[in-house]
Amino acid sequence: MTGPTLYALTGAALVGIGVFGLISARHLLRRVVAFNLIGSGLFVFLGAAGARGGAADPLPQALIITGIVVALSASALAVGLVVAHARASGRPALPEEDEEA
Amino acid sequence: MTLALDATLCGLIVAVALATVLGRGVFRAIVFFIVYGLLLSVAWVRLGAVDVALAEAAIGAGLTGVLFLAAVGKLARTGAEAEPAPGRPHLPAALACAGLTGALAWAWFALPEPERPGSDLAAALPRAGVENPVTAVLLNFRAWDTLLESIVLLAALVGLWLLARDEDWHDRLGLPQHVRPGGVMESFGRLLPPVGVLVGIYLVYIGADRPGGAFQGGTVLAAVGLVAALAGLIRTPRVTGHLWRAAMVVGPLVFLAAGVAGAALGAGFLTLPEPIAGGAIFAIEIALASSIAVTLAFLVIGPPERGHRR
Amino acid sequence: MSALVAVLVLPLAGALATVALPGRAARIAASTAIAATLAAALALAAWVAARGVPRLEIGGWAPPVGIAVEADGLAAAMIVMTATVMAAAGLSARHMLAPGAAGARAAFGFWPLMLLLWAALNAVFVSRDLFNLYVGIELLSLAAIGLVAIEGKAAALAAAMRYMIFALAGSLLYLAGVVLVYAAHGALDAGLLTDRTPARTDGLALALMTVGLMAKTALFPFHVWLPPAHGGAPAPASAMLSALVPKASFVILLRLWFDVMPDQATEGALALMAALGTAAVIWGGLAALVQERLKLIVAYSTVAQIGYLFLVFPLAGGASAEMPWAAGAWNGAVFLALSHGLAKAAMFLAVGQWMAARGGDRLEDLRGIATAMPMTAFAFALSSITLVGLPPSGGFTAKYLIMTSAFAAGQWGWALVMAGGGLLAAAYLYRPVAVIFARAEVPDSPLPSRGRQVVPLILAGAAVALGIASAAPFDLLSTGRPQAAGEGL
Repeated sequence: MTGPTLYALTGAALVGIGVFGLISARHLLRRVVAFNLIGSGLFVFLGAAGARGGAADPLPQALIITGIVVALSASALAVGLVVAHARASGRPALPEEDEEA
Repeated sequence: MTLALDATLCGLIVAVALATVLGRGVFRAIVFFIVYGLLLSVAWVRLGAVDVALAEAAIGAGLTGVLFLAAVGKLARTGAEAEPAPGRPHLPAALACAGLTGALAWAWFALPEPERPGSDLAAALPRAGVENPVTAVLLNFRAWDTLLESIVLLAALVGLWLLARDEDWHDRLGLPQHVRPGGVMESFGRLLPPVGVLVGIYLVYIGADRPGGAFQGGTVLAAVGLVAALAGLIRTPRVTGHLWRAAMVVGPLVFLAAGVAGAALGAGFLTLPEPIAGGAIFAIEIALASSIAVTLAFLVIGPPERGHRR
Repeated sequence: MSALVAVLVLPLAGALATVALPGRAARIAASTAIAATLAAALALAAWVAARGVPRLEIGGWAPPVGIAVEADGLAAAMIVMTATVMAAAGLSARHMLAPGAAGARAAFGFWPLMLLLWAALNAVFVSRDLFNLYVGIELLSLAAIGLVAIEGKAAALAAAMRYMIFALAGSLLYLAGVVLVYAAHGALDAGLLTDRTPARTDGLALALMTVGLMAKTALFPFHVWLPPAHGGAPAPASAMLSALVPKASFVILLRLWFDVMPDQATEGALALMAALGTAAVIWGGLAALVQERLKLIVAYSTVAQIGYLFLVFPLAGGASAEMPWAAGAWNGAVFLALSHGLAKAAMFLAVGQWMAARGGDRLEDLRGIATAMPMTAFAFALSSITLVGLPPSGGFTAKYLIMTSAFAAGQWGWALVMAGGGLLAAAYLYRPVAVIFARAEVPDSPLPSRGRQVVPLILAGAAVALGIASAAPFDLLSTGRPQAAGEGL
């Protein structure tokens, strides 16, 4: 097994773990954390793909940096929503969750 | 030997990710997430992506971590921090997620061999105006992505501010903690800013030919602002502060103006003619880093809130 | 060519101005940006109709190094429809979201979010780069989430939260597909990918991107977030969210299945997409039948109308792509997207004015409103004609095209869905139309000026005009249409 393969499989595992966290968590903050796990797992997979054949491909690196910034933007808005929603409803979870599993 | 190192690192990353998802308590999950981000930045170094490692450590682990920790504090003050009881059994979900991981793993082995990776990019690099290929992609080849990305930050901030209560709109932007006078935070807050400002500016400056750039440098500057605000050295502004709002838009605005200037002069939208590309990229990066610093700091601080830091 | 740059740059510049400038100046900047972008959109469509597809390699870098944008007929038509809806929403918002009416917070935030949403839509419609599309749909989602939450009440925040979960999950699924595409082919440009050597991972990549985009389009069963999100926002925001936002991810789906990877379109996958569309038509229609609030009826109608759009996949994709009926189905679906956008925006803007006059949108609140505000009532009725698909509206032309294609293809089932959905739409729209035109004691309430009442009527009229004068939009749509959608019947 080569280095990139190891990291690609790690990325695949992170995506699965993140999706599980997204589905199983009811606390909305944990769901936002789970989104970040999924995103970073995808980036690791992409970075591993860019590292095949020796030299690191700069294009995926630039895409990943863009992706990290986009993820932070989305996380910040999501966290703000979690706090505002909890303040308005008294709960950090969504009501009637059953339709989403 | 190095493979063993990589394997250990990957095992740790997966374990910490599992702990983030499965561990009890939101606070603990977030601490695990920060550790995860730091481990991940080591992984990026191992993958030869030092620019990404910097971004991951500063943004992925650092700012995102502070953002989540601050949210825990704010949730505690709303009285809504109690963790809802987990619902149904998760076995089907776990199997589905294992399937997804399996599909991605299968895809890795099914991928065709990469054909001449990055050769077009390597051929274009001498005309990009900067030596760091990642900066060349971000600020020149795929400048349209980066321009939109700086706008994404702004969209998130406008959306975040709108989550303020109407009666809080004219108050200062909210921070969750109060600082003890003379405490560690205050001394740290006095010590860090001068150092941090230097590091941030240095990162922007060297981004042209070494790892670094507007996003990494801007993040360090944002962190400096956050620490200074936490330490009570500066007061958070109000949304009506027009100097701050101007600072938020100056980066995208300079970027957009450079793009339109290219189109107006006949070179093409976002085209940086080769002789001036280096200088133009540097100017755009400085403006962008300022806006990124202000916007990121505001994103972490959150919408205006009444009732603290009087 | 410069019109292409202008539709991308002007809404962005406007958004930056509305953030940086103080109250009154910001609103003037917004109006200026709206007028200028509308003019640029019309100029772009005229350019495309006269001279073909403008292509711009941004920064002068050709793919795979750089990003290319192109305004084909589909993009130009969507950009013009978007500009029309945005201009109408902007006119309505000048009053509904004035600081005195909506508070300083909403009055500040609406304009930048509207212009950012517009910039994102235009960027998505013209982009040829799969990762650039990811950044575009993220910008679109964040701006849209802000607009859903703008009301600030607990229900709006819960709707925004649920929307956010679906939107972010959809973005990540799409991103997963993009990652696989880049890993397999080292390219992100649609044109380069059309000519790629297919890889074994392409099916998985396309599936991931498709499911993600379906969640963002609110296709059944991913629709649960849509009605509360669209029903809870202020009317100008609802109009944009319902008329425009789902169209962006639908356009990306069209590009993926007909342009980028037509070779991956299996009969089963295409039929599954249309089957989900069918479920959406039925479910959205039935749910709209039982709502008591008019905004929710209109929102559930969007769920149903989105369903129709997905009938295009088996009729114009896969083995059908080479067939003579493909072009009809493809044109029909795009026509439906255009006429639905205009009609749906007209409905939300009309309902918004009624809510302001009567203080609510429950059907019994609105009894007899046609007597007081005949122009908006007429706009609602005209829009209903388009949504039901009665002649001479744009909705009729669209459904006629899709049904003819379905008959020609021997795929009778999809024609039945079209007809049945029309009956359902007639049923769920009959109730509100009957109520607003009912004879009733009209309570004395302040009415919006005629100038404002005419705005929804213009939109509804445009949706009908699309059916009467369909030749010009047809020519526009066929400009640069993907090979896979072929020549007409």
